[in-house]
Amino acid sequence: MTSRSQPSTLWEYANPVRFMRLSDWLLPACAVAALVLSAIGLIWGFFFTPDDFRQGATVKILFLHVPAALMAINAWIMMLVASLIWLIRRHHVSALAARAAAPVGAVMTLIALYTGAVWGQPMWGTWWAWDPRLTSFLILFLFYLGYMALWSAIEDGDTAADLTAVLCLVGSVFALLSRYAAFFWSQGLHQGASLSLQPGTRMDWAYKAPLYISMTGFGLIFLALVLAGTRTEIRSRRMKALMARERMQG
Amino acid sequence: MIALLVRDLRLAFRAGGGFGLGLGFFLILAVLVPLGVGPAPQILATIAPGVLWVGALLACLLSLDRLFALDHEDGSLDLLATAPVPLEGLVAIKAFAHWLTTGLPLVVAAPVLGVLLNLPGPAFFWLVLSLLLGTPALSVIGAFGAALTVGLKRGGLLLSLLVLPLYVPTLIFGAEVVSRGAQGLTVGTPLALLAGITAGSAALLPFAAALAIRINLR
Repeated sequence: MTSRSQPSTLWEYANPVRFMRLSDWLLPACAVAALVLSAIGLIWGFFFTPDDFRQGATVKILFLHVPAALMAINAWIMMLVASLIWLIRRHHVSALAARAAAPVGAVMTLIALYTGAVWGQPMWGTWWAWDPRLTSFLILFLFYLGYMALWSAIEDGDTAADLTAVLCLVGSVFALLSRYAAFFWSQGLHQGASLSLQPGTRMDWAYKAPLYISMTGFGLIFLALVLAGTRTEIRSRRMKALMARERMQG
Repeated sequence: MIALLVRDLRLAFRAGGGFGLGLGFFLILAVLVPLGVGPAPQILATIAPGVLWVGALLACLLSLDRLFALDHEDGSLDLLATAPVPLEGLVAIKAFAHWLTTGLPLVVAAPVLGVLLNLPGPAFFWLVLSLLLGTPALSVIGAFGAALTVGLKRGGLLLSLLVLPLYVPTLIFGAEVVSRGAQGLTVGTPLALLAGITAGSAALLPFAAALAIRINLR
């Protein structure tokens, strides 16, 4: 295989040079699309949807709450997949992408918790309840904190990548266990899933359309931030390599 | 492996080994809680199961950072890792030794502290049983956390940040067993789930911990 050949599989982007070349145009494209879509979704959702007949205008925080909660979980799943790829195939880009995803996921979790509290205050009459969903999100946030702390505590890059990958795998199992443990504990205040693939509408299209746009926008925000974070990590590794090389010569 | 178990136990019992530290911590916690929330028997009876479980969990956490760190400092962990015994087995034995020196004393002491906290009569049996079933999971999960942080100079605080979220399911089911037992409800389901967590983590986590130790010794 020559170095000039077109990438034929996804794995070729495990090469940092290829990844940088791809993300050169993918990152701005993602960022612009993310801004446009989330702006459309949020503005449509906030200003051009009817009030709910029971919840009034408070329901509109949904357009921020649901996408953030979705990305909070998906970020962890992405980290899990990236950690597995790192452990199995030893692609550095994958480990760095997992590292870049963690802060984004943690912030998404915080947004979901915060908007949930703001929503819960008028609806349930309380900012916080030890409801299973709320509890499992708080625990997810703790997992993010631990993961990021472990990354920053270990100096050697590969050791840190290995250990955090192992933590991510074990943590995923325990995060799931905690979720079901919390559900076992009480049924809680939080409503069930509003969106479902099964037929039978629970939510009108007047809400669904801006919600889906906003969810896509948040997904793209996540993607853009992860790409940017991964590029920063790759550049900082190159810097370190360059400095080490200069020190060797000088 | 038996020799390692004996060695770990001996090290723990000798001066400076930290045996009894966890127990003392557990005792102090059980004394401090009534001082903090007031001595009303009704309130104490309600919170006793949770307080005892949280106390056991924190007491377990206290002695975790020395599980591998001391051996790592004096180099014996490298020797153990190159020994003919599989590292997974060594991790399991060390976690077992940790349980014998920390978890088991907690199980024995818990009923006494239950009296201090005005735990309802029928709950004593379930408290002992749930701790007996649950504390091995705490030791094994903690061994995994200790294995992750063994290479760090000051891993203690990070260790608790890593391990405490992993303790959540054990804590929920363990405390649920006791509080259900206190109310005279059936405890079968949480008890079975608690035992399941212990069995699952004792079977699988030594592999993850051994992997982490190998990475750290690389």
